Amino acid sequence: MLAEKYPQEVKKILAKYPPEQKRSAVMPLLYLAQRESGYVTKEALKDIAAMLEITSTEVVSIIGFYTLFHDEKAGKYRMQVCTDLPCALRGADKFLEELCGNLGVKVGGTTADGMVTVEAVMCLAACDKAPMFQLQSADGIEYHENMTVDRTMELVEALRKSKA
Amino acid sequence: MSQYFLLRHRDIPGIGKIDVYKKNGGFEAFKKAVTSMKPAEVTDAVKASGLRGRGGAGFPAGVKWSFIPNNIWPHYVVANADESEPGTFKDREIMESNPYQFLEGVAIAAYAVGANAAYVYLRGEFWPVAHFLDEKIAEMEKAGFLGDKLFGTDYSLRIHTHLGAGAYICGEETALLESMEGKRGQPRIRPPFPAVYGLYGKPTVVNNVETLTNVPLIIEKGADWYKSLGTPDSAGVKIFSLSGRVKKPGNYELPFGTTFRELIYKYGGGIIDDRPVKAIMAAGASSTMIVADDKALDTPMDYASVRALGADLGSASVIVIDDTVSIDWVIGKTIHFFEHESCGKCTPCREGCYWMLHLIERIEHGEKTKENVELLHSVAKQMQNKCLCPLGEFSTMAVTTAIERFPADFKD
Ligand SMILES: Cc1cc2nc3c(=O)[nH]c(=O)nc-3n(C[C@H](O)[C@H](O)[C@H](O)COP(=O)(O)O)c2cc1C
Ligand code: SF4
Ligand code: FES
Repeated sequence: MLAEKYPQEVKKILAKYPPEQKRSAVMPLLYLAQRESGYVTKEALKDIAAMLEITSTEVVSIIGFYTLFHDEKAGKYRMQVCTDLPCALRGADKFLEELCGNLGVKVGGTTADGMVTVEAVMCLAACDKAPMFQLQSADGIEYHENMTVDRTMELVEALRKSKA
Repeated sequence: MSQYFLLRHRDIPGIGKIDVYKKNGGFEAFKKAVTSMKPAEVTDAVKASGLRGRGGAGFPAGVKWSFIPNNIWPHYVVANADESEPGTFKDREIMESNPYQFLEGVAIAAYAVGANAAYVYLRGEFWPVAHFLDEKIAEMEKAGFLGDKLFGTDYSLRIHTHLGAGAYICGEETALLESMEGKRGQPRIRPPFPAVYGLYGKPTVVNNVETLTNVPLIIEKGADWYKSLGTPDSAGVKIFSLSGRVKKPGNYELPFGTTFRELIYKYGGGIIDDRPVKAIMAAGASSTMIVADDKALDTPMDYASVRALGADLGSASVIVIDDTVSIDWVIGKTIHFFEHESCGKCTPCREGCYWMLHLIERIEHGEKTKENVELLHSVAKQMQNKCLCPLGEFSTMAVTTAIERFPADFKD
């Protein structure tokens, strides 16, 4: 149960909104639920619905609507490369292709060791620093800007080592 | 000469720290407003300054504030920090580097409309920025700039951050409010407008981050000073986010009325490999395609002049395209974006984006026939004026104008 696992944080989240509008807490609570496993489990989903007095179906539809909520397991890290127009004008497509080649995955795929899922995403508001990606993990989101394939591979190696 | 008004951290590197901000006049404007001005006087000052919204539509900020009715309570202020238009990256720099000026702007807006709670809605990817702002808000509470009975008056204010979760449509103000209420971020049918029926059905001002960051300056230095910057149609300074095939992409804070040529060549260092510039999109992916001839390059960037070019300045996200790039590829990218981001609420946009994507993929994969190109143009045309919110309209702008203004790129 979220309220038992993170009592302080749940309290802080709920305090942001008027008491009769606690439904507003659904997105922050989903982030909290996702923190550990990288996706929202069925139990967490029911838990949030009960806490906010809405139906599980409503929570499911919210998870489905927003791209940063996940209902299934992926790699430990999601490496989300921006390939939107401004970045693509500065080599993002080629960067993604080479990166996938080096990691031995297709776009959307996960490395054999389950560490990294590589995805192509829309503009991340860092268009002057392409190629760039965000690294989504249990610890949150981190931007990596002005990247090269070599430096990205070094980063992946570092992630692999830090797990060991 | 460099004097920044919005990107002040470029002049004063430590401005993100509360003591440095205070030493440089920080919170004086908020204090002045709360202790010596009536809320309506604050609104009038912003009205007189000519400040227009920087989130895309360019609506006069003070006029918007004056729509808030005084017979329905409570009131809210929501800062729009969703910043998801491809080519836009200015609000992030403001929040990361000059956060207090932005938060002071939020506070002054809240005082002007009698709101005791304000929210900053950030796109989910700005997770670290939200945490950073939370720290700054806590500092302001500690220093007595937020909380109860501010400056010894009866006015109280709290500011909270709220994270979205990856949906461009949530930048549209009514979708943003739905999202804040814990629902799917789909636009509301308007009217009623947020000024009357906003967050939790209460009167709400929604303003862009950059818009609000201008407000302390106006209160501090006055409307006349503010109007002396920029052009009669577009007062003040603007951050232009320059991206694409230029040597030095980045944010440039310049007065309205700077020309495209100055932005691209004087500030942006010119085109990569010194190629000729071919096309300009002035408002991110939601732009029409401007043919970059001399007339366009010498056009001053203000709302009216850019409109006269058959385009819009929007949030001034200038994407530069050179002659190495084919325009059909460009609209392939924009269509892909809008197809992904259409919220699906109304049929013309949902189905139209799907068909545009299907057709551009055919065209990209070798079937660059007259029939396919004409069909793509006609699908886009048929969507216009039929969509529930501007996103649907945005999705067609680059498509129709690319085909009309760059016909050679749609022939084999
Ligand atoms: C599809 C769509 C996306 C938008 N995205 C943003 C955005 O990311 N940031 C923003 O400030 N305004 C955005 N807007 C404009 C807002 O609806 C609204 O006009 C603006 O926040 C008002 O603030 P302003 O008057 O200070 O510009 C968007 C509008 C549409 C239709
Ligand atoms: S125009 Fe598109 S984004 Fe806007 S409401 Fe309709 S489907 Fe949703
Ligand atoms: S297009 Fe990649 S960050 Fe904007």
